[in-house]
Amino acid sequence: MAEAVHPRGTKPRRRLSGRNIMLYGTLLVFSLYYILPLWVMVMTSLKGMPEVRLGNIFAPPVEITFEPWVKAWAEACTGLNCDGLSRGFWNSVRILIPSVILSIIVASVNGYALVNWRFKGSDVFFTILIFGSFIPYQVMLYPIVILLREMGLYGTLWGLVVVHTIFGMPILTLLFRNYFSSIPEELFKAARVDGAGFWGIYFRIMLPMSLPIFVVALILQVTGIWNDFLFGVVYTKPDLYPMTVQLNNIVNSVQGVKEYNVNMAATLLTGLVPLIIYFVSGKLFVRGIAAGAVKG
Amino acid sequence: MATTKRPRNRMFRNINAKIAAIPMVLTTLVVFVGGTIWTVVYSFTNSKLLPKLKFVGFDQYERLWSNSRWLISIENLALFGVFSLIFTISVGFLLAVLMDQKIRFEDTFRTIMLYPFALSFVVTGLVWQWILNPSFGIQSIVRSLGWESFTFNPLENPNLVMYGLLIAGLWQGTGFVMCLLLAGLRGIDEDIWKATRVDGIPTWKTYVIVIIPMMRPVFITTLVLVAAGIIKLYDLVVAQTSGGPGNASQVPAMYVYDYMFQAQNLGQGFAASTMMLLSVLIVLIPWAYLEFGGKKHG
Repeated sequence: MAEAVHPRGTKPRRRLSGRNIMLYGTLLVFSLYYILPLWVMVMTSLKGMPEVRLGNIFAPPVEITFEPWVKAWAEACTGLNCDGLSRGFWNSVRILIPSVILSIIVASVNGYALVNWRFKGSDVFFTILIFGSFIPYQVMLYPIVILLREMGLYGTLWGLVVVHTIFGMPILTLLFRNYFSSIPEELFKAARVDGAGFWGIYFRIMLPMSLPIFVVALILQVTGIWNDFLFGVVYTKPDLYPMTVQLNNIVNSVQGVKEYNVNMAATLLTGLVPLIIYFVSGKLFVRGIAAGAVKG
Repeated sequence: MATTKRPRNRMFRNINAKIAAIPMVLTTLVVFVGGTIWTVVYSFTNSKLLPKLKFVGFDQYERLWSNSRWLISIENLALFGVFSLIFTISVGFLLAVLMDQKIRFEDTFRTIMLYPFALSFVVTGLVWQWILNPSFGIQSIVRSLGWESFTFNPLENPNLVMYGLLIAGLWQGTGFVMCLLLAGLRGIDEDIWKATRVDGIPTWKTYVIVIIPMMRPVFITTLVLVAAGIIKLYDLVVAQTSGGPGNASQVPAMYVYDYMFQAQNLGQGFAASTMMLLSVLIVLIPWAYLEFGGKKHG
């Protein structure tokens, strides 16, 4: 009888045990390593050049100035063009929007067809698609140049959109396929009995039921396409370069005096879009990247 | 009538699904399979500015393996790859274990550790270029604290430059590995922990002899993902060191790009990219065998 009154569960631990100090201490040290670069970027970008030359990169600015940001956005030079990162930003936006929309449409329809409308060989294509995602991009770079040239898209914005759609396909198709296969098949069968067809079921049942996975795909694609460098360099021309490429050209240009504060403001500006997506989306971002590890 | 119609029916069954799958079919067959075969075939030609089907056997490969720049690239990638695999997985696992101790502020810690993964390699490379800058970054700060002879200038030292890249690469990628491994740890049945506790096995020993072996599939998937990412290493190097000082931080992806699009020596580029493909296959085939081949027997 006496035993029954004993409190259940593990014994509560003391707050400041040696174990906890070790645990939180280690986590804090690692957090410092992760957070330091962001801190340095922000601090450097808010200092004037004289202060950058004199001071410590970790120290906060004595006098806060937003001039480096303005300069990075509107005046920084790449080669002969001195209209700042804003051009790269708008290029990236113009590449991003159609690429994200097209790649998500294609991949979600793929996933849907692979789960509910299997045809002979559909699984073979899926397997090739997944293995294809491991092929180094360098192997396919030149064949795609030829394909785009044949289509008249080489060096254009739409060429890059096609490339992003192709290389986004494996991971997104996997994502959608796994999600759609968790939707009860009875729903699909009932809709079939009611006479709904391929597109009817897609738009009226699958799409409305899968909004969370569309958001995950959106996060994945926006960060992925925004951060792309290689495809931007290979498949576009200098006046269409996305922001990452232009950033690299600004910072690593050998001409002129190095303005580190402007460079850091430019770097931060380029990182801002994925950072905002990351901080706003929270757990969904984690889910998106974990999807890459889910077995097909 | 019905009998003549049947074969047509089969062809046109699921016609909408087949039309919808055209992009996937084209991508897999034309780009992935076709493109790969095309590159491998043309790596045996002496294509210069334009691809030409004039076969020269293994000439391109002989030239490739006698090019010091390629040898440096391979050496660099091997060094970077080995260290980044060891560190991302061990540090990632350590962090995942720490995060799994029912700690407070778990979400805050995760947010801090994972945010670099949202940033591009270009941004990563440029930030670390700045932090490792000898006249403003870590070196100058330690010197200004009084230690005048302190030297930490990896990006301008050919022997250390790959470690400078490694610091940046680990910063960007360990959070991701931590997340994958944490998901793996959370997937382990609570009863196993209870059982080992009843048996009085110390926690660290439980990790070593029970948990890590149980997480083998998660580790293997992580390993494959990280390894596939390492072979693609390109943007980080371009941004942080541009392959320098000299050729000291060249990597294969840069070699391919330069020969294909700058030096107008397509054949060399194709041969180099075929070697990259080969190295992926060396990683991938044993994994695919273990993952899919093993199931038939088990």
